[in-house]
Amino acid sequence: MFGRRNPQLNANDELIHLLSIEGLPVATLQHILDTAGTFLSVNERDVKKVPLLRGKSVFNLFFENSTRTRTTFEIAAKRLSADVINLDIARSSTAKGESLLDTIANLSAMHADMFVVRHSESGAPYLIAQHCAPHVHVVNAGDGRHSHPTQGLLDMYTIRHYKHDFTQLTVAIVGDIVHSRVARSDIHALTTLGVPEIRAVGPKTLVPGDLKEMGVRVCHDMAEGVRDADVIVMLRLQNERMSGAMLPSAGEYFKTFGLDGAKLALAKPDAIVMHPGPINRGVEIDSAVVDGNQSVILPQVTFGIAVRMAVMSIIAGNSP
Amino acid sequence: MTRTLITNARLVDPASGRDDAGAIAIDGERIAIVARGHDRRLSDFDAARTIDAHGAVVAPGLVDLAARLGEPGSEHAGLLESELAAAVAGGVTSLVCPPDTDPVLDEPGLVTMLKFRARNLHRARLYPLGALTQGLKGEALTEMAELREAGCVGFSHADVAIRDTLVLHRALQYAATFGYTVWLRPNDAWLGNGVAAKGPLATRLGLSGVPVLAETIALATIFELMRDTGARVHLCRLSSAAGVELVRAAKAEGLPLTCDASIHQLHLIDVDIGYFDAAMRLVPPLRQQRDRDAIRAALADGTIDALVSDHTPVMEDAKHLPFAEAEPGATGLELLLGAALKWGEATKLGLSKTLAAITSRPAAVLARSRGAAESNKRGLDEGAVADLCVFAADESWSVDGTTLASQSRHTPFARYEMPGRVRCTIVAGQLAYEAAG
Repeated sequence: MFGRRNPQLNANDELIHLLSIEGLPVATLQHILDTAGTFLSVNERDVKKVPLLRGKSVFNLFFENSTRTRTTFEIAAKRLSADVINLDIARSSTAKGESLLDTIANLSAMHADMFVVRHSESGAPYLIAQHCAPHVHVVNAGDGRHSHPTQGLLDMYTIRHYKHDFTQLTVAIVGDIVHSRVARSDIHALTTLGVPEIRAVGPKTLVPGDLKEMGVRVCHDMAEGVRDADVIVMLRLQNERMSGAMLPSAGEYFKTFGLDGAKLALAKPDAIVMHPGPINRGVEIDSAVVDGNQSVILPQVTFGIAVRMAVMSIIAGNSP
Repeated sequence: MTRTLITNARLVDPASGRDDAGAIAIDGERIAIVARGHDRRLSDFDAARTIDAHGAVVAPGLVDLAARLGEPGSEHAGLLESELAAAVAGGVTSLVCPPDTDPVLDEPGLVTMLKFRARNLHRARLYPLGALTQGLKGEALTEMAELREAGCVGFSHADVAIRDTLVLHRALQYAATFGYTVWLRPNDAWLGNGVAAKGPLATRLGLSGVPVLAETIALATIFELMRDTGARVHLCRLSSAAGVELVRAAKAEGLPLTCDASIHQLHLIDVDIGYFDAAMRLVPPLRQQRDRDAIRAALADGTIDALVSDHTPVMEDAKHLPFAEAEPGATGLELLLGAALKWGEATKLGLSKTLAAITSRPAAVLARSRGAAESNKRGLDEGAVADLCVFAADESWSVDGTTLASQSRHTPFARYEMPGRVRCTIVAGQLAYEAAG
């Protein structure tokens, strides 16, 4: 019964799709991060290719536009020697009225081996994984507010790279958590990896109290939220939050929950600052912090390629 | 004129609470003889047809206060013919349908046609609700008196919340003028827009959540307007523990109020959504366990008057979409009896009290809303109209959407083991359904 069993694992608990970090065993997460480490060196070589996915077809299905994420998946797949087909679905078949599942059926008939899916609705990749041919693997590249597992994993890779041990850390996630699939993925990954203190920081309109049940401490005060933190994850603030009466203005948001030098000084001296991008300088984060020496925002992007290579190579090697 | 005799029956009459072995004789549209034990009148009854119940229960036909039938407007999902056949296959002999059809039931002609077509099918009795405002737009009142004459048993706004409190106030004032019952689902127009119940599950899955406030604020508004206007209200499909408490207090206060809950709220909770199972995309959305527990208790103690199927035909493809985009609703007419029995077994209520929630109690709500003179002959009384359901209480069946009579196959109860199997259904003395084999 698809509704009940974790659909991204096969009967041996091996990863066949990556839909969400929730419910993944800690060993699986560690395995992905370790594998990513081995690919990092590939990315630094003159010939940046390994033949792990040679002859395989990876379809990038972006029902919602995102040049950056799509590009990183494309680079990762190409470095694994896969053939990559980019489909900008927002502008093609579904615009002509074709249903999501008809699109999937057609692409499956073209002998796809893997779908990398971004969709504006939470849960859409689950529907695709449920209805595509059994040999096809699905990677969630972001679904609605629900999940963005490869971003969560690359964030974990970044934290492990700089902080080594998860079990001693305080991590603050700041901003629009209610609408953020990145925050949800980070929270699941951090709790699985044993981080003792995870804080969700922001105004009550953006940080619902229900988050407690995901294992985080909810903070509605920025100073309390970042004090003595080892890691600060800043989230992007969308402009529509102002029109939806969730915030009065970008200016007031920056003043109260934006990260500037003074607020960063409350964290541990060696705290790192992360951001999934794209950045709104002067809205959720000050330019000086983005470009400062505690920022690891660009290394996140580099690690993102290796993590996506790891995910694709691992799931392609497991059969349903 | 048909004369039917049902022998070897277990006669369960929820209105009186009686539960005896016996036989029942039907003459034309009405029950002629109710024989509990030996009754010499039976030997004189010259039956054209005799049904041996083999110990099965004979009870009054089920009354479902919320069933959509697909017509007019959603014929691809359900047809009057298929859905009324589903009703009698489920033992339902009377059902109330909301006005959110396409076109909306806001004109007497539409109501007359719907009733005429339903009558010609000789299945379950159909009692339409008229729209409270034209086009369910929440702006102008409908011609309620005309609609009543055409056969509307009450006036409703279906699942469309009325944004303008002034319009709702006037609608209740106007309905109260004529003593009409207004059927409302308590849901605030602004807070009530979400695809799941607000709570840890919705937060975790990233689904937009409807807070309990959407129900309690709407209830508080409705109760204030009732106090002011004296209007009689039937509340549709309560979903929360806090809502149940408000209803309990309002009833204690003496407001002219009845209410129902659906089989979904009685058995399911938000966690059943699992990994975005679109079969669980329902209106109102499934809430938490404490809400379900409160609804089960309130249905048992009578705070909630009736259990409804909330039958909503949904076409095959409309659920093969991401959760939020999937069409809400589920087939339910054939599951109402089983859902009630399952609840009755779990709460150890006894068969008669269990059946009251789907027979005598909704029948009383319907009778009041119709403005029908309170008849002293109902249920299994001699002289009462012969609307009956015959079912084997000790048999169970596994729910499989593809084997249902309803054209719509989506149900959150797929693969559930349901107690009670309907043998036959009699409407106005005529056999409207008989199980194969």
